[in-house]
Order: sequence, then C-alpha cells, then structure tokens
Amino acid sequence: MLNFSRWAVAAILLPLVIGILCAVPTFLPDATVAKLPGFMQTRVNLGLDLAGGSHLLLEASTQDVAKQRLANMEEQVRTELRRGDPRIAIGDISARDGKLSFMVRNPAQVDAAVERIRPLTQGAGLTGQRDFNVEVVNSSTIVITPTQAGIDNAVKSAMEVATEVIRKRIDEMGTREPTIQQQGGNRIVVQVPGLQDPKALKDLLGQTAKLEFKLVDMTANPSEVAQGRAPVGSEVLPYPGNPAGPPVIAVKRQVMVSGEDLTDATQGFDQNNQAIVNIRFNGSGGRKFGQVTSQNVNRPFAIILDGKVLSAPNINEPILGGSAQVSGSFTVESANQLAIALRSGKLPVALTVVEERTVGPGLGADSIRAGLIASIIAVVAVAAFMFLSYGRFGVYANIAVAINVLVILGVMGILGATLTLPGIAGFVLTIGTAVDANVLIYERIREERRRGRGVVQAIQFGYKEASRTIFEANVTHAIAGGIMLALGSGPVKGFAIVLLIGIATSVFTAVTFTRLLAARWVRTKRPTEINI
Amino acid sequence: MKLLKLVPDNTNIGFVAIRNWAFALTALLTVLAVGATVYKGLNLGVDFVGGLMIEAKFPQNVETDKVRATIGTLGVGESALQQFGDPRTVQIRLPLPEQGGAGAANAVVEKTRQAMVAQFPGVTFSRYDTVSGKVSGELIQNGVLAVVLAIIGIAVFSWFRYEWQFGVSTFVAIVHDVLMTLGFFAITQMEFDLNIIAAVLTIVGYSINDKMVIDDRIRENMRKYRKMDMKALIDLSVNETLPRTVMTSLTVMLALGALLLFGGHVLRGFTAAMMLGIIVGTYSSVYVSSSLLITLGLTPQVAEKKATKKGYAGTAERVGPRDDGARP
Repeated sequence: MLNFSRWAVAAILLPLVIGILCAVPTFLPDATVAKLPGFMQTRVNLGLDLAGGSHLLLEASTQDVAKQRLANMEEQVRTELRRGDPRIAIGDISARDGKLSFMVRNPAQVDAAVERIRPLTQGAGLTGQRDFNVEVVNSSTIVITPTQAGIDNAVKSAMEVATEVIRKRIDEMGTREPTIQQQGGNRIVVQVPGLQDPKALKDLLGQTAKLEFKLVDMTANPSEVAQGRAPVGSEVLPYPGNPAGPPVIAVKRQVMVSGEDLTDATQGFDQNNQAIVNIRFNGSGGRKFGQVTSQNVNRPFAIILDGKVLSAPNINEPILGGSAQVSGSFTVESANQLAIALRSGKLPVALTVVEERTVGPGLGADSIRAGLIASIIAVVAVAAFMFLSYGRFGVYANIAVAINVLVILGVMGILGATLTLPGIAGFVLTIGTAVDANVLIYERIREERRRGRGVVQAIQFGYKEASRTIFEANVTHAIAGGIMLALGSGPVKGFAIVLLIGIATSVFTAVTFTRLLAARWVRTKRPTEINI
Repeated sequence: MKLLKLVPDNTNIGFVAIRNWAFALTALLTVLAVGATVYKGLNLGVDFVGGLMIEAKFPQNVETDKVRATIGTLGVGESALQQFGDPRTVQIRLPLPEQGGAGAANAVVEKTRQAMVAQFPGVTFSRYDTVSGKVSGELIQNGVLAVVLAIIGIAVFSWFRYEWQFGVSTFVAIVHDVLMTLGFFAITQMEFDLNIIAAVLTIVGYSINDKMVIDDRIRENMRKYRKMDMKALIDLSVNETLPRTVMTSLTVMLALGALLLFGGHVLRGFTAAMMLGIIVGTYSSVYVSSSLLITLGLTPQVAEKKATKKGYAGTAERVGPRDDGARP
C-alpha cells in the first residue's frame, strides 16, 4: 500500500499537473490566454447568472406548422386540379380537424383526381410512409390527412430553419457569443451573455417577418369591411394605423411580391424625415413589382407584415428599379429591427417566449464576489480545522483539497462546462465533503493505532479499510449526482456538473494523492510514533 | 502539538437503547412535517407555479408597502413582495398575464419598470424571471422525478449489494430526510425553487454517504463478531464511526456557514436547506437507518448466509485476523 514505483508516482502526478495547468487560463486575462498553446486555451465559462445576460426559451407551436402545411396543401390541390389538364372541378373545400376534404363535382373524375394529387405527397420517415394520406370517402369526397411522420418531419425542418434565422438575426444585432441551441422537438434556447436590454432581442425574435405586398381592394364596401366581410378573392386584414376610419382594410388575396424575393433591406429616411425601410428585390421580384405597379397606377397597395397592414401607399408611378420603400409609422429603432428581420429571412413558424431569465451584470458581479469570498473563507476554515485535528496529515489533506479545487476547474475547462451560481455552492460543498475521505482514513488510522498496530501498519490499514467505505459512499453519491444531471434543468444541472467532477477528482486527490505524501514521509523519516 | 479531538477515544454511548423513544420522536416530527407541508403548503417560486419574478435594487432603503402601492396602481395583478438580505433589495412576484403570451409578460416588466423608476429614481432590476405555466409544470415534474429516482436508485444499489434490510432502512431514512426538509420549507415559508431541488438532492446524496459509512462498519463488525448481539454491535459501530461523523458534519457545516454568511442572498435558501439537511441526515443515520436494522431482524447470521450464497463478501471483504486488544 505504501510502496509506489516511479511509474506509479508519475501516473498519479501527471493528471494532477495537467488538471492544474488547464485551470490556470481561467484566472488569466483574455489577451494572455490567446498567446498560450492550444491545449491550454481551456477556460471555465461563466453562466448567465454570474456573467449577467439573458436566457430565453422559445417554443414553436406544432399546431401552427401543421395548419400552415394544410393550407399549402390546399393551395397546391386547387392549382393542380383547376389549372391542370383536364380541369377537374371541385367544391366544398374545408380544412377542419387538421384534415383537408373536398368534393369532386363529376364522380367519374374521382380516380383521376386522386391520381393527380398523389404525386403532391412525399415520402416521410423510413417506413415508406407518405407525409399525407389520400382517401376517397362517400365515392365523391376526397380526404387528405397529414400523417404524424409528415408533421414530425415538417416541424423538424421548420425548427432547423428557425434556428438558423434566429442565429442570423442575433448576429446582425452584433451581440457577443450567443448560444443558440435546439432543445427537444419544438424549442430553441437562446443565451446571450452581458445583454443590458433583452427587450430589443425579444422584439426581434418575436417577429415572424413575413412581408407581403398586395393590392388594396377598392371595390369593397367600407361598411362591410368594417364588419369583417370582404368580396370574393379578397380578405380583411387589420390595419392599426389606418388614417381613414376603422383599423381594417380589404386587400386582394393574390400576393404581388413577397419577402422571399428580397435581396437586401436597410433602414433609411423618406423625404419627410420619417424612418422607413429600403428594400431591394431580386430580378424576378423586381420584374413582378414593376409589372403590377405599371398596371395599377393611382391605386393603393398594402404592405403587410406578419398579417398586419403597415401602410397602404398610393402607386404614383410604375416602380421599375427593383427597389421600394416600406413605410408605416416607424421609429428609427423599430425600422432598423425590421430591416434586420427582413435581411435574415422570415421565421417558418411563430415562436413564443415560454421562459426567460435575465440577470443584470451588477448582480452577476456581486454573486461572483460573494461566491469567491465564501469559497476562500470555507477553505481557510476547513483547512485550519483539519490542521488542528490531524496535524501533519491534516496538511496533506489540505494540499489535496487545494489541488482538488484547481483540478475541478481544469476539468471543467477541458469539458467546456459552465460555472453557475449553484455551481459555486457545489464547489463550497465539495470542499466540505472532500475532506470526508481524509477524515475517514485518519480516524481509521487513529483506531488502528489504539488497537496497538505499528505506525506503518496502521497507515496501511487505515487507507485500505477506509478506501472501501469511501468508494461505496461515493458511488451512491454519484448516483444522486447523475440523476440530477440527467433530469435537472438550469441551476440543478450546473450544480450537478461540479458535484460529479468533484466526486471523481476528490476520491483521487484525497485517497491516492495523500497516500503518496504519507508514503514518502514514512519512507524518508521512518517514524516510530505519529501524532494523529 | 496537542491535536484537537472532539470525540474522546473509545466512546460507548448507548444509542440503540433509546431507539423506541427515538422512533416515536422521529415519527412525531415526520407527521408534523408532512402536516405542515399539506396544510400550510410550500411557498413555491415562479419556477414551479409560473409567473414573473423581479428583483429590484433600490439606491436607498425602501418600504415594501410603498413599492406595493406603486405596483397596485398598474393593474398588473396581485403582487407578492419580499425583502431579502438587505433592506434595499425587494423581490416582486406577479402573475403572468393571462393573454398575449410572452409579449404581454414583456409589457408588464416594462410597465413596472417605468412606474418604479418614476416613483423611486435610481432603482434597477437586477434580475427577472418569466416562466410560463407550461414550462413550470415540466420543471416541477422533472424535479419530483429526480428526487424520487435518486432515492429509489440508491436504495436499490444498497439492497443488491448487501442485505435487503440495508436497502429498506436507507430508503426509510432518506424519505424521512426529504420530508423533514419539505416540512422546514413549509413552516418557514421560504421560497421553494429549482435551487432547492438541487439542495434536496444533495441532502439525499450526503445522507446516503453518511449511512454508507455506518452501514459499512456494521457489516465489517458483523463478520468480525459473529456471536455479538445485534444491538451491541450497532452501538459499537456507531461509536466507532462517531469521531468521523462529528468531524465531517463539522467541516461541511463550516463550509456551508461561510456560504450562508458570505455567499450572497441568491443562495441563502439553498444553504439553509443544506444545513438543515446535514443535521437531519446525521440524525437519521443513527436513529432511523441503523436502529431500523434491528427492527427488520438483521443478524450476523443472516448476513453470513447471504454472503456465502453469493460467494463474495465472505472471502473478499473479510478483514484479516488481528489483535483487537481490549475489545471482545
């Protein structure tokens, strides 16, 4: 037990040295760390509760995605059957209970209709399932039902696009080191450190940024529009800033140009020094816009964002240059935000914030300071207590605790783990429990001495008997820690990481490393009596 | 140097003799704790009930009544205020607006901020949390699941590795620890949030650590003194490990004491829970789990049978012959 070969000594010391080296960069300023070799660029990340910042959990409504898909399907079916050759007349189209159903007017064409619709569906999943099921009921009604696999696929791809769009938007805002991660099926976690005002961020992420240009329906009867009724081929949309009467307006259903045809959007000012967004279309978008505006001079068109009309300017002359202005009672800030949102593309699905945690930088700094002071006092108090109780062996335990603290930081750096406020609590607790292993060993040595064993034998027995207990106690402790890590959220996780790393490293430092120190002392001094 | 010895050598305290009294006391306290939890309820934080929590820091001391009056005029729902740590920090809790989702919660924060700044110049919101009902439901579910799984996992480990009596006694003792902690939070009405779940799990971890040490010594002594009466054997084991129990509880308490006094207000509830848990866990190691072993009928012979059947403990873990001096 007390004989260590050179190799064994090296094998014990090497990981400790590496661990300590990896902990060093955490205490150095950024500039110095940049000069270090790559393997030492390991730093413990500070959690948002320490660094200050915002944590947002965004959730997409899967129902929204499903609804949108069904609407797209409806559009495709209409186009395919009405415009294709031969034309198949359909009616009674309804999208209810998540299903699309319609009647084929001529029963003889039902089979032909099904043949034409089938290719609109796509494979989904590995089981050969389609994303929609097409069935005929009552001999003339066709029902199209989305399959679960199809919905799952759609949600998955919508979330991937959404994550990308969010990343672009946050990058455009110029925020430092954001973390954007998909979580579960339909959630995205956004963490932005050091943000002073999360309001702007939330406003930006809350916009779907679906931009459309549509013609205003001039034939609509204003009093009917006010009641929400529009002529065939038109729809009533909210228009909060309507200068002429009620906050609604009737627009044609057909889209002139949409945000997909944008190449750029910037914030600017119009001739009245009002904030606006200048947009530029791509080739086909510009052509479409030019064409429609040429045909509709002196009629108004509506600029629609996320289903709301921003403004409805008059077309004074054909707009041919491929660029346009979006006006609509903006402030410079909100115009800038819209420009960013338009540049990064529309979100495929609306996101809502279901959880937000924001910590001001002041509180974060206070917490770090408090945590540091508490840790130092805890270390000093425990170290003094250990020294008073076990003398030389107490010092060994204290060296082990000090190394342990550094190694935990080092391992956290290597793993890229994040230190949170509960993590600091985990640290302080680890300091308290790490010496437990030493206490177990030393009390055992005391006992063995009382039983009359010699110095060397008592130390050997102390380590051997206590090691088994320590191992068992720590395995069970690790079970609790592992469950915390697996099931915990936020603070629980941050605490569990430190606890688990601490359990692993403390067994090593408190048992193996102190045994090395004790063995060295026994071999060089050959004591006949120990003060323990 | 004369070393500090908190527990004299070779103590021989009769822990087991008063175990029936202890059981009665434990049962009474546990019933009280459960009763308090059921009737008074826990002061659940926004993590678990959803809502809005704002921590406001004022430039000078402030009366909570004034803050409450200011918020009362805003029509953002009923507020619950709590001052913690220093008299310049106030925690404000508000219900989430029922409609409008996250944007609406945002608006409430802004509205409150504006009103507060107008009334108390220089006030800042040092942190705020918004948790929707859906997320809080998941958090509570995960939290409860974590605690339950941890207890079961540990009990099963203890059972498979040794005799079933150890599994049962450990399980009962840890459930007792958790219930006492819940009772403490119900009685003090301290806020019960996600951090406290971490604290409860740590208490579970610490408590099991403590029980393992004593259990391990009991098993060692069972192999060593096969004829000894179980009560005497448990007394011996608890006495032998007493110095370690005291030392370790003290070092952990020292560390936690530093955290309680200097660790800042955010961690105060967490630390308080931990300190209570250490006391309760240490108590239950002696008076719940160890004493329960006798009631459950554990004898050295039972242990030996199982060890032989499994064919490991009898040989691998048996300690060698030794001169035990004064001991029987």
